[in-house]
Amino acid sequence: MIMEKQVIISGFGGQGVMLAGELLAEAGKTEDKFVTFLPSYGPEMRGGTAYCDVIVSDKAIASPVISFPWAAIILNLPSLNKFEPLMKKGGIIILNKTVIPQDVKRKDVRVCKIDAQTIAEELGNEKVTNLILLGAYAELEKTVSIETLKKSLKVFLTGRKEKLIQINEKALDIGAEAAKKYMASRA
Amino acid sequence: MSEKVLMKGAEAIAESAIRAGCMAFFGYPITPQNETPEYFSRRMPQVGRVFLQAESEVAAINMVYGAACTGTRVITTSSSPGISLMQEGFSYIANSNVPCVVVNVMRGGPGLGDIAPAQADYNQATKGGGHGDYHSIVIAPHTVQEAADLMFKAFGLADKYRIMVVMLMDGLMGQMMEPVEFREWVDVKNNKIPVWATAGQGKRARRNIITSLEILAEGLEKMDIALQEKYTEIKSSEVCCEEYMMDDAEYAITAFGTVARISKTVVDLARERGIKAGLIRPVTVWPFPEMVFKKRAEQVRFFFDVEMNEGQMLLDVRLSVNGKKPVYYYGRLGGIVPSAEEMLDELEKLVGGKK
Repeated sequence: MIMEKQVIISGFGGQGVMLAGELLAEAGKTEDKFVTFLPSYGPEMRGGTAYCDVIVSDKAIASPVISFPWAAIILNLPSLNKFEPLMKKGGIIILNKTVIPQDVKRKDVRVCKIDAQTIAEELGNEKVTNLILLGAYAELEKTVSIETLKKSLKVFLTGRKEKLIQINEKALDIGAEAAKKYMASRA
Repeated sequence: MSEKVLMKGAEAIAESAIRAGCMAFFGYPITPQNETPEYFSRRMPQVGRVFLQAESEVAAINMVYGAACTGTRVITTSSSPGISLMQEGFSYIANSNVPCVVVNVMRGGPGLGDIAPAQADYNQATKGGGHGDYHSIVIAPHTVQEAADLMFKAFGLADKYRIMVVMLMDGLMGQMMEPVEFREWVDVKNNKIPVWATAGQGKRARRNIITSLEILAEGLEKMDIALQEKYTEIKSSEVCCEEYMMDDAEYAITAFGTVARISKTVVDLARERGIKAGLIRPVTVWPFPEMVFKKRAEQVRFFFDVEMNEGQMLLDVRLSVNGKKPVYYYGRLGGIVPSAEEMLDELEKLVGGKK
Protein backbone atom coordinates (compact mmCIF):
# COMPACT_ATOMS: atom_id res chain seq x y z
CA MET A 1 0.00 0.00 0.00
CA ILE A 2 1.22 3.46 -0.84
CA MET A 3 1.92 5.61 2.18
CA GLU A 4 1.72 9.38 1.98
CA LYS A 5 1.90 11.34 5.24
CA GLN A 6 1.07 15.02 5.36
CA VAL A 7 1.57 17.27 8.37
CA ILE A 8 1.37 20.96 9.09
CA ILE A 9 3.62 22.33 11.83
CA SER A 10 2.56 25.73 13.10
CA GLY A 11 3.50 28.19 15.84
CA PHE A 12 5.06 31.57 16.62
CA GLY A 13 8.28 32.60 14.93
CA GLY A 14 11.07 31.37 17.22
CA GLN A 15 9.30 28.20 18.35
CA GLY A 16 11.35 26.15 15.91
CA VAL A 17 8.54 25.32 13.54
CA MET A 18 10.74 25.42 10.42
CA LEU A 19 13.53 23.42 12.04
CA ALA A 20 11.07 20.70 13.09
CA GLY A 21 9.71 20.59 9.54
CA GLU A 22 13.11 20.49 7.90
CA LEU A 23 14.24 17.79 10.32
CA LEU A 24 11.23 15.65 9.42
CA ALA A 25 11.89 16.18 5.70
CA GLU A 26 15.59 15.37 6.13
CA ALA A 27 14.69 12.16 7.98
CA GLY A 28 12.25 11.23 5.21
CA LYS A 29 14.99 11.79 2.64
CA THR A 30 17.36 9.63 4.70
CA GLU A 31 14.76 6.85 4.65
CA ASP A 32 14.74 7.13 0.82
CA LYS A 33 11.24 8.52 0.64
CA PHE A 34 9.90 11.33 -1.50
CA VAL A 35 9.65 14.51 0.57
CA THR A 36 8.54 18.10 0.17
CA PHE A 37 8.88 20.92 2.67
CA LEU A 38 6.98 24.14 2.01
CA PRO A 39 7.36 27.04 4.46
CA SER A 40 4.82 29.83 4.79
CA TYR A 41 6.55 32.93 3.49
CA GLY A 42 3.66 35.30 2.98
CA PRO A 43 1.97 38.02 5.03
CA GLU A 44 0.43 35.39 7.32
CA MET A 45 3.83 35.17 9.01
CA ARG A 46 3.18 38.63 10.45
CA GLY A 47 -0.08 37.48 12.05
CA GLY A 48 1.18 35.14 14.73
CA THR A 49 1.62 31.92 12.77
CA ALA A 50 4.65 30.63 10.98
CA TYR A 51 3.94 27.23 9.53
CA CYS A 52 5.26 24.64 7.13
CA ASP A 53 3.73 21.81 5.13
CA VAL A 54 5.73 18.58 5.13
CA ILE A 55 4.86 15.57 2.99
CA VAL A 56 6.66 12.23 3.19
CA SER A 57 5.62 9.66 0.63
CA ASP A 58 6.46 6.37 -1.09
CA LYS A 59 5.68 7.92 -4.48
CA ALA A 60 6.36 11.21 -6.23
CA ILE A 61 4.52 14.07 -4.53
CA ALA A 62 2.10 16.12 -6.59
CA SER A 63 1.42 19.35 -4.74
CA PRO A 64 3.52 20.36 -1.74
CA VAL A 65 0.54 22.40 -0.52
CA ILE A 66 -1.63 20.86 2.23
CA SER A 67 -5.09 22.43 2.08
CA PHE A 68 -6.80 20.10 4.54
CA PRO A 69 -4.33 18.54 6.97
CA TRP A 70 -4.66 15.00 8.31
CA ALA A 71 -2.11 15.80 11.00
CA ALA A 72 -1.07 19.06 12.62
CA ILE A 73 1.54 19.92 15.22
CA ILE A 74 0.20 23.03 16.94
CA LEU A 75 2.48 25.16 19.10
CA ASN A 76 0.34 28.24 19.79
CA LEU A 77 -3.28 29.38 19.97
CA PRO A 78 -3.43 31.38 16.69
CA SER A 79 -2.26 28.20 14.93
CA LEU A 80 -5.05 26.16 16.49
CA ASN A 81 -7.60 28.76 15.43
CA LYS A 82 -6.22 28.73 11.90
CA PHE A 83 -5.96 24.99 11.29
CA GLU A 84 -8.63 23.37 13.50
CA PRO A 85 -11.43 24.19 11.03
CA LEU A 86 -9.38 22.79 8.14
CA MET A 87 -8.53 19.42 9.71
CA LYS A 88 -9.68 16.27 7.96
CA LYS A 89 -12.22 14.16 9.82
CA GLY A 90 -10.47 11.60 12.02
CA GLY A 91 -7.17 13.45 11.76
CA ILE A 92 -4.84 14.16 14.64
CA ILE A 93 -3.76 17.37 16.35
CA ILE A 94 -0.64 17.24 18.49
CA LEU A 95 -1.05 20.14 20.86
CA ASN A 96 1.38 22.16 22.96
CA LYS A 97 -0.91 22.13 26.04
CA THR A 98 1.34 24.48 28.03
CA VAL A 99 0.26 27.55 26.10
CA ILE A 100 -3.09 26.25 24.80
CA PRO A 101 -5.13 25.34 27.89
CA GLN A 102 -8.52 25.40 26.14
CA ASP A 103 -10.20 22.36 24.57
CA VAL A 104 -10.33 21.71 20.87
CA LYS A 105 -13.90 22.30 19.75
CA ARG A 106 -13.98 19.76 16.94
CA LYS A 107 -15.22 16.37 18.14
CA ASP A 108 -14.31 14.54 14.92
CA VAL A 109 -10.54 14.89 15.28
CA ARG A 110 -8.19 13.21 17.72
CA VAL A 111 -6.17 15.45 20.02
CA CYS A 112 -2.91 14.41 21.66
CA LYS A 113 -2.21 17.04 24.33
CA ILE A 114 1.30 17.27 25.66
CA ASP A 115 2.55 19.73 28.27
CA ALA A 116 5.53 20.12 25.99
CA GLN A 117 6.84 23.53 26.97
CA THR A 118 6.82 22.68 30.68
CA ILE A 119 8.65 19.43 29.99
CA ALA A 120 11.15 21.29 27.80
CA GLU A 121 11.78 23.83 30.56
CA GLU A 122 12.31 20.99 33.04
CA LEU A 123 14.82 19.50 30.59
CA GLY A 124 16.62 22.83 30.77
CA ASN A 125 15.78 24.36 27.37
CA GLU A 126 12.30 25.49 26.36
CA LYS A 127 13.49 25.57 22.75
CA VAL A 128 13.13 21.80 22.46
CA THR A 129 9.32 22.08 22.78
CA ASN A 130 9.16 21.60 19.01
CA LEU A 131 11.01 18.29 19.07
CA ILE A 132 8.96 16.86 21.92
CA LEU A 133 5.88 17.41 19.76
CA LEU A 134 7.65 16.13 16.64
CA GLY A 135 8.69 12.98 18.48
CA ALA A 136 5.07 12.42 19.46
CA TYR A 137 3.93 12.94 15.88
CA ALA A 138 6.49 10.51 14.48
CA GLU A 139 5.45 7.87 17.00
CA LEU A 140 1.74 8.34 16.30
CA GLU A 141 1.90 8.46 12.52
CA LYS A 142 4.99 6.28 11.92
CA THR A 143 6.09 8.71 9.20
CA VAL A 144 9.77 8.20 9.97
CA SER A 145 11.51 6.42 12.83
CA ILE A 146 12.67 8.27 15.96
CA GLU A 147 16.13 6.85 15.26
CA THR A 148 16.31 8.50 11.83
CA LEU A 149 15.14 11.79 13.31
CA LYS A 150 17.95 11.57 15.86
CA LYS A 151 20.50 10.84 13.13
CA SER A 152 19.20 13.77 11.09
CA LEU A 153 19.82 16.20 13.96
CA LYS A 154 23.50 16.15 12.98
CA VAL A 155 22.68 17.92 9.71
CA PHE A 156 21.22 20.92 11.53
CA LEU A 157 23.10 21.08 14.82
CA THR A 158 26.69 21.66 13.81
CA GLY A 159 29.57 23.66 15.26
CA ARG A 160 28.70 25.32 18.52
CA LYS A 161 25.15 23.92 18.30
CA GLU A 162 26.50 20.36 18.35
CA LYS A 163 26.20 20.23 22.13
CA LEU A 164 22.43 20.59 21.74
CA ILE A 165 22.09 17.22 19.99
CA GLN A 166 21.74 15.27 23.23
CA ILE A 167 18.92 17.34 24.68
CA ASN A 168 17.09 17.26 21.35
CA GLU A 169 17.43 13.48 21.19
CA LYS A 170 15.97 13.32 24.68
CA ALA A 171 13.10 15.59 23.61
CA LEU A 172 12.26 13.25 20.73
CA ASP A 173 12.21 10.27 23.11
CA ILE A 174 10.00 12.05 25.63
CA GLY A 175 7.58 13.00 22.86
CA ALA A 176 7.46 9.42 21.61
CA GLU A 177 6.78 8.17 25.15
CA ALA A 178 3.96 10.68 25.57
CA ALA A 179 2.46 9.45 22.29
CA LYS A 180 2.61 5.84 23.46
CA LYS A 181 0.78 6.79 26.65
CA TYR A 182 -1.82 8.65 24.59
CA MET A 183 -2.36 5.60 22.38
CA ALA A 184 -2.60 3.30 25.40
CA SER A 185 -5.22 5.59 26.96
CA ARG A 186 -7.38 5.24 23.85
CA ALA A 187 -6.88 1.50 23.38
CA MET B 1 26.46 13.19 -9.20
CA SER B 2 26.75 14.20 -5.57
CA GLU B 3 24.81 13.03 -2.54
CA LYS B 4 21.20 14.11 -2.25
CA VAL B 5 20.65 17.26 -0.22
CA LEU B 6 17.44 18.88 0.94
CA MET B 7 17.23 22.33 -0.59
CA LYS B 8 14.84 25.09 -1.57
CA GLY B 9 14.33 25.48 -5.30
CA ALA B 10 15.60 29.04 -5.06
CA GLU B 11 18.87 27.78 -3.54
CA ALA B 12 19.22 24.75 -5.78
CA ILE B 13 19.21 26.85 -8.95
CA ALA B 14 21.99 29.01 -7.54
CA GLU B 15 24.19 26.03 -6.61
CA SER B 16 23.50 24.44 -9.97
CA ALA B 17 24.32 27.65 -11.87
CA ILE B 18 27.66 27.87 -10.05
CA ARG B 19 28.44 24.28 -10.93
CA ALA B 20 27.42 24.96 -14.54
CA GLY B 21 30.16 27.57 -14.73
CA CYS B 22 28.24 30.77 -14.07
CA MET B 23 30.90 33.40 -13.37
CA ALA B 24 28.76 36.37 -12.35
CA PHE B 25 25.43 37.20 -10.73
CA PHE B 26 23.82 40.63 -10.86
CA GLY B 27 20.41 41.17 -9.30
CA TYR B 28 18.09 42.99 -7.00
CA PRO B 29 16.11 41.32 -4.19
CA ILE B 30 12.43 40.45 -4.46
CA THR B 31 10.24 37.81 -2.79
CA PRO B 32 9.79 34.88 -3.42
CA GLN B 33 13.33 34.35 -4.76
CA ASN B 34 15.47 36.15 -2.16
CA GLU B 35 17.14 32.87 -1.21
CA THR B 36 18.75 32.85 -4.67
CA PRO B 37 20.78 36.07 -4.36
CA GLU B 38 21.41 35.22 -0.70
CA TYR B 39 22.93 31.91 -1.75
CA PHE B 40 24.97 33.51 -4.55
CA SER B 41 26.22 36.21 -2.17
CA ARG B 42 27.67 33.51 0.07
CA ARG B 43 28.97 31.09 -2.54
CA MET B 44 30.28 33.28 -5.37
CA PRO B 45 33.10 34.87 -3.32
CA GLN B 46 34.03 31.39 -2.01
CA VAL B 47 34.73 30.23 -5.57
CA GLY B 48 36.29 33.50 -6.71
CA ARG B 49 33.37 34.70 -8.81
CA VAL B 50 31.25 37.83 -8.95
CA PHE B 51 28.17 38.59 -6.86
CA LEU B 52 26.79 42.09 -7.13
CA GLN B 53 23.56 43.48 -5.72
CA ALA B 54 22.63 46.25 -8.13
CA GLU B 55 20.75 49.43 -7.24
CA SER B 56 17.72 48.31 -9.27
CA GLU B 57 16.50 45.65 -11.69
CA VAL B 58 17.18 48.02 -14.60
CA ALA B 59 20.80 48.34 -13.50
CA ALA B 60 21.08 44.59 -12.88
CA ILE B 61 19.96 43.57 -16.38
CA ASN B 62 22.31 46.08 -17.98
CA MET B 63 25.17 44.65 -15.92
CA VAL B 64 24.14 41.23 -17.21
CA TYR B 65 24.12 42.65 -20.74
CA GLY B 66 27.62 44.02 -20.27
CA ALA B 67 29.02 40.77 -18.83
CA ALA B 68 27.29 38.77 -21.58
CA CYS B 69 29.04 40.93 -24.22
CA THR B 70 32.36 39.67 -22.89
CA GLY B 71 31.26 36.05 -23.32
CA THR B 72 31.02 35.49 -19.57
CA ARG B 73 28.49 32.98 -18.24
CA VAL B 74 26.15 35.33 -16.37
CA ILE B 75 22.78 35.10 -14.62
CA THR B 76 20.15 37.25 -12.99
CA THR B 77 17.13 36.10 -11.03
CA SER B 78 14.01 38.00 -10.08
CA SER B 79 10.25 37.73 -9.73
CA SER B 80 7.40 39.11 -11.83
CA PRO B 81 7.49 42.89 -11.09
CA GLY B 82 11.28 42.85 -11.19
CA ILE B 83 11.23 40.95 -14.49
CA SER B 84 8.89 43.60 -15.95
CA LEU B 85 11.48 46.24 -15.14
CA MET B 86 14.13 44.27 -17.05
CA GLN B 87 12.22 44.00 -20.34
CA GLU B 88 14.12 46.77 -22.13
CA GLY B 89 17.39 45.02 -21.36
CA PHE B 90 15.99 41.68 -22.60
CA SER B 91 15.13 43.23 -25.94
CA TYR B 92 18.62 44.77 -26.33
CA ILE B 93 20.22 41.45 -25.36
CA ALA B 94 18.12 39.68 -28.00
CA ASN B 95 19.18 41.93 -30.86
CA SER B 96 22.79 41.94 -29.67
CA ASN B 97 22.94 38.13 -29.85
CA VAL B 98 24.58 37.67 -26.47
CA PRO B 99 24.05 34.72 -24.10
CA CYS B 100 22.66 34.90 -20.56
CA VAL B 101 20.30 33.11 -18.21
CA VAL B 102 17.37 34.78 -16.45
CA VAL B 103 15.22 33.10 -13.80
CA ASN B 104 11.69 34.35 -13.16
CA VAL B 105 10.21 32.97 -9.93
CA MET B 106 6.70 34.10 -10.79
CA ARG B 107 4.31 35.60 -8.24
CA GLY B 108 0.72 36.83 -8.37
CA GLY B 109 0.00 39.91 -10.48
CA PRO B 110 -0.66 42.20 -12.22
CA GLY B 111 1.02 45.18 -10.61
CA LEU B 112 2.57 44.61 -7.23
CA GLY B 113 0.13 41.73 -6.84
CA ASP B 114 1.13 39.34 -4.08
CA ILE B 115 4.04 37.02 -3.31
CA ALA B 116 2.15 33.75 -3.79
CA PRO B 117 2.97 31.35 -6.66
CA ALA B 118 1.55 32.13 -10.12
CA GLN B 119 2.18 31.43 -13.81
CA ALA B 120 0.80 34.64 -15.24
CA ASP B 121 4.06 35.75 -16.93
CA TYR B 122 3.83 32.98 -19.53
CA ASN B 123 2.89 35.32 -22.36
CA GLN B 124 5.50 37.88 -21.35
CA ALA B 125 8.23 35.21 -21.34
CA THR B 126 7.28 33.24 -24.44
CA LYS B 127 6.17 36.03 -26.76
CA GLY B 128 9.09 38.34 -26.08
CA GLY B 129 7.96 40.77 -23.41
CA GLY B 130 10.15 43.65 -24.49
CA HIS B 131 9.79 45.48 -27.80
CA GLY B 132 10.64 44.12 -31.22
CA ASP B 133 10.49 40.74 -33.00
CA TYR B 134 12.40 38.51 -30.65
CA HIS B 135 12.19 35.38 -28.56
CA SER B 136 14.05 33.90 -25.66
CA ILE B 137 14.28 30.17 -25.07
CA VAL B 138 11.93 29.50 -22.14
CA ILE B 139 12.20 26.37 -20.00
CA ALA B 140 9.77 25.39 -17.24
CA PRO B 141 10.94 22.84 -14.65
CA HIS B 142 8.36 21.04 -12.48
CA THR B 143 10.54 19.77 -9.62
CA VAL B 144 13.53 21.14 -7.72
CA GLN B 145 15.66 18.34 -9.19
CA GLU B 146 14.62 19.23 -12.72
CA ALA B 147 15.34 22.92 -12.10
CA ALA B 148 18.87 22.01 -11.01
CA ASP B 149 19.38 19.78 -14.06
CA LEU B 150 17.93 22.28 -16.52
CA MET B 151 20.25 25.02 -15.28
CA PHE B 152 23.11 23.24 -17.04
CA LYS B 153 21.02 23.01 -20.18
CA ALA B 154 20.09 26.69 -19.89
CA PHE B 155 23.71 27.84 -19.99
CA GLY B 156 24.47 25.36 -22.76
CA LEU B 157 21.66 26.65 -24.96
CA ALA B 158 22.48 30.28 -24.18
CA ASP B 159 26.07 29.78 -25.38
CA LYS B 160 25.14 27.59 -28.34
CA TYR B 161 22.71 30.12 -29.82
CA ARG B 162 24.00 33.33 -28.20
CA ILE B 163 20.54 33.88 -26.79
CA MET B 164 18.83 34.66 -23.49
CA VAL B 165 17.38 31.59 -21.79
CA VAL B 166 14.57 32.12 -19.30
CA MET B 167 13.87 29.62 -16.56
CA LEU B 168 10.21 30.06 -15.71
CA MET B 169 9.49 28.98 -12.14
CA ASP B 170 6.95 30.09 -9.54
CA GLY B 171 6.90 30.91 -5.84
CA LEU B 172 6.12 27.32 -4.94
CA MET B 173 9.11 25.95 -6.86
CA GLY B 174 11.27 28.66 -5.32
CA GLN B 175 10.20 28.15 -1.72
CA MET B 176 9.69 24.41 -1.43
CA MET B 177 12.45 22.07 -0.35
CA GLU B 178 13.02 18.76 -2.08
CA PRO B 179 15.94 16.37 -2.18
CA VAL B 180 18.27 17.28 -5.03
CA GLU B 181 21.37 15.71 -6.51
CA PHE B 182 23.81 18.05 -8.27
CA ARG B 183 25.82 17.37 -11.39
CA GLU B 184 29.59 17.55 -11.58
CA TRP B 185 31.22 20.96 -11.83
CA VAL B 186 31.97 22.45 -15.24
CA ASP B 187 35.69 23.16 -15.37
CA VAL B 188 36.14 26.91 -15.83
CA LYS B 189 39.93 27.02 -15.47
CA ASN B 190 40.51 27.00 -19.21
CA ASN B 191 37.57 29.19 -20.22
CA LYS B 192 38.28 30.88 -23.56
CA ILE B 193 36.91 34.22 -24.64
CA PRO B 194 34.58 33.63 -27.63
CA VAL B 195 35.73 35.19 -30.93
CA TRP B 196 32.68 37.47 -31.08
CA ALA B 197 33.08 38.87 -27.56
CA THR B 198 34.04 42.44 -26.76
CA ALA B 199 36.74 41.69 -24.22
CA GLY B 200 39.64 43.55 -25.77
CA GLN B 201 40.88 43.46 -29.38
CA GLY B 202 43.91 41.32 -28.55
CA LYS B 203 45.69 40.11 -31.67
CA ARG B 204 42.63 40.32 -33.90
CA ALA B 205 42.84 42.62 -36.93
CA ARG B 206 39.59 44.39 -36.13
CA ARG B 207 37.73 45.15 -32.99
CA ASN B 208 34.40 43.49 -32.32
CA ILE B 209 31.31 45.64 -32.02
CA ILE B 210 28.15 44.44 -30.30
CA THR B 211 25.10 46.61 -30.76
CA SER B 212 21.35 46.35 -31.11
CA LEU B 213 21.32 49.53 -33.20
CA GLU B 214 21.10 49.67 -37.01
CA ILE B 215 19.77 52.99 -38.14
CA LEU B 216 19.18 52.00 -41.78
CA ALA B 217 15.96 50.03 -42.29
CA GLU B 218 17.53 47.77 -44.95
CA GLY B 219 20.33 46.87 -42.56
CA LEU B 220 18.00 46.30 -39.63
CA GLU B 221 15.76 44.08 -41.74
CA LYS B 222 18.79 41.87 -42.44
CA MET B 223 19.51 41.68 -38.70
CA ASP B 224 15.87 40.84 -37.99
CA ILE B 225 15.84 38.10 -40.64
CA ALA B 226 19.03 36.65 -39.18
CA LEU B 227 17.34 36.54 -35.77
CA GLN B 228 14.30 34.79 -37.22
CA GLU B 229 16.56 32.22 -38.92
CA LYS B 230 18.14 31.53 -35.54
CA TYR B 231 14.67 31.03 -34.02
CA THR B 232 13.69 28.66 -36.84
CA GLU B 233 16.75 26.55 -36.12
CA ILE B 234 15.96 26.51 -32.38
CA LYS B 235 12.36 25.50 -33.11
CA SER B 236 13.52 22.56 -35.20
CA SER B 237 16.20 21.32 -32.77
CA GLU B 238 15.48 22.29 -29.19
CA VAL B 239 11.84 21.43 -28.44
CA CYS B 240 11.57 19.43 -25.23
CA CYS B 241 8.37 17.86 -23.92
CA GLU B 242 7.48 15.12 -21.45
CA GLU B 243 4.52 12.85 -22.03
CA TYR B 244 3.10 10.90 -19.09
CA MET B 245 0.71 7.95 -19.62
CA MET B 246 -0.12 9.20 -23.09
CA ASP B 247 0.24 5.90 -25.01
CA ASP B 248 -3.38 4.84 -24.54
CA ALA B 249 -4.79 8.16 -23.29
CA GLU B 250 -8.24 9.28 -24.36
CA TYR B 251 -7.95 12.62 -22.59
CA ALA B 252 -4.83 14.78 -22.52
CA ILE B 253 -4.23 17.09 -19.59
CA THR B 254 -1.66 19.74 -20.42
CA ALA B 255 0.21 21.93 -17.95
CA PHE B 256 3.68 23.28 -17.21
CA GLY B 257 5.74 23.79 -14.06
CA THR B 258 4.05 23.37 -10.70
CA VAL B 259 0.64 22.57 -12.21
CA ALA B 260 2.23 19.79 -14.28
CA ARG B 261 3.51 17.99 -11.20
CA ILE B 262 0.03 18.14 -9.68
CA SER B 263 -1.38 16.94 -13.01
CA LYS B 264 0.59 13.70 -12.78
CA THR B 265 -1.38 12.84 -9.65
CA VAL B 266 -4.61 13.85 -11.41
CA VAL B 267 -3.75 11.39 -14.20
CA ASP B 268 -3.17 8.61 -11.63
CA LEU B 269 -6.40 9.41 -9.75
CA ALA B 270 -8.40 9.59 -13.00
CA ARG B 271 -7.08 6.21 -14.13
CA GLU B 272 -8.08 4.69 -10.78
CA ARG B 273 -11.62 5.80 -11.67
CA GLY B 274 -11.42 4.35 -15.16
CA ILE B 275 -10.74 7.59 -17.01
CA LYS B 276 -7.86 7.10 -19.43
CA ALA B 277 -6.06 10.38 -18.92
CA GLY B 278 -2.49 11.34 -19.80
CA LEU B 279 -0.34 14.42 -19.46
CA ILE B 280 1.53 16.49 -22.04
CA ARG B 281 4.07 18.66 -20.23
CA PRO B 282 6.01 21.17 -22.30
CA VAL B 283 9.50 21.51 -20.81
CA THR B 284 10.39 24.19 -23.33
CA VAL B 285 7.38 26.50 -23.51
CA TRP B 286 9.27 28.37 -26.21
CA PRO B 287 9.91 26.72 -28.57
CA PHE B 288 6.49 25.17 -27.95
CA PRO B 289 6.05 21.43 -28.66
CA GLU B 290 3.46 22.00 -31.42
CA MET B 291 4.03 18.65 -33.14
CA VAL B 292 3.30 16.67 -29.96
CA PHE B 293 -0.12 18.29 -29.71
CA LYS B 294 -0.74 17.93 -33.45
CA LYS B 295 0.02 14.21 -33.24
CA ARG B 296 -2.02 13.59 -30.07
CA ALA B 297 -4.98 15.46 -31.56
CA GLU B 298 -5.47 12.37 -33.77
CA GLN B 299 -5.74 10.20 -30.66
CA VAL B 300 -7.45 11.95 -27.74
CA ARG B 301 -11.05 13.09 -27.37
CA PHE B 302 -10.11 16.43 -25.91
CA PHE B 303 -7.32 18.44 -24.31
CA PHE B 304 -7.64 19.87 -20.82
CA ASP B 305 -5.30 22.78 -20.15
CA VAL B 306 -4.69 23.77 -16.51
CA GLU B 307 -2.68 26.82 -15.48
CA MET B 308 -2.20 29.28 -12.62
CA ASN B 309 -3.26 32.11 -14.92
CA GLU B 310 -6.26 33.02 -17.07
CA GLY B 311 -5.31 30.66 -19.87
CA GLN B 312 -2.09 31.85 -21.44
CA MET B 313 -0.51 28.62 -22.65
CA LEU B 314 -4.05 27.71 -23.69
CA LEU B 315 -3.61 29.82 -26.82
CA ASP B 316 -0.47 27.91 -27.86
CA VAL B 317 -2.27 24.63 -27.23
CA ARG B 318 -5.22 25.75 -29.36
CA LEU B 319 -2.94 26.91 -32.18
CA SER B 320 -1.16 23.55 -32.13
CA VAL B 321 -4.35 21.48 -31.99
CA ASN B 322 -5.72 23.75 -34.71
CA GLY B 323 -9.38 22.99 -34.13
CA LYS B 324 -9.03 19.22 -34.53
CA LYS B 325 -10.27 18.53 -30.98
CA PRO B 326 -11.81 20.63 -28.22
CA VAL B 327 -9.40 22.31 -25.82
CA TYR B 328 -10.85 23.05 -22.38
CA TYR B 329 -9.30 25.18 -19.67
CA TYR B 330 -9.29 25.36 -15.89
CA GLY B 331 -7.21 27.74 -13.85
CA ARG B 332 -6.72 29.57 -10.58
CA LEU B 333 -5.61 33.18 -10.34
CA GLY B 334 -3.94 35.54 -7.92
CA GLY B 335 -1.52 33.04 -6.44
CA ILE B 336 -3.85 30.12 -5.65
CA VAL B 337 -2.42 26.67 -6.38
CA PRO B 338 -5.10 24.27 -7.65
CA SER B 339 -5.38 20.96 -5.80
CA ALA B 340 -5.35 17.58 -7.51
CA GLU B 341 -8.91 16.99 -6.24
CA GLU B 342 -10.39 20.12 -7.80
CA MET B 343 -8.63 19.43 -11.10
CA LEU B 344 -9.99 15.88 -11.09
CA ASP B 345 -13.51 17.23 -10.42
CA GLU B 346 -13.23 19.49 -13.46
CA LEU B 347 -11.89 16.68 -15.62
CA GLU B 348 -14.71 14.34 -14.52
CA LYS B 349 -17.31 16.98 -15.37
CA LEU B 350 -15.83 17.33 -18.85
CA VAL B 351 -15.59 13.57 -19.39
CA GLY B 352 -19.15 13.08 -18.11
CA GLY B 353 -20.42 15.63 -20.55
CA LYS B 354 -18.57 14.07 -23.46
CA LYS B 355 -19.28 10.35 -23.02
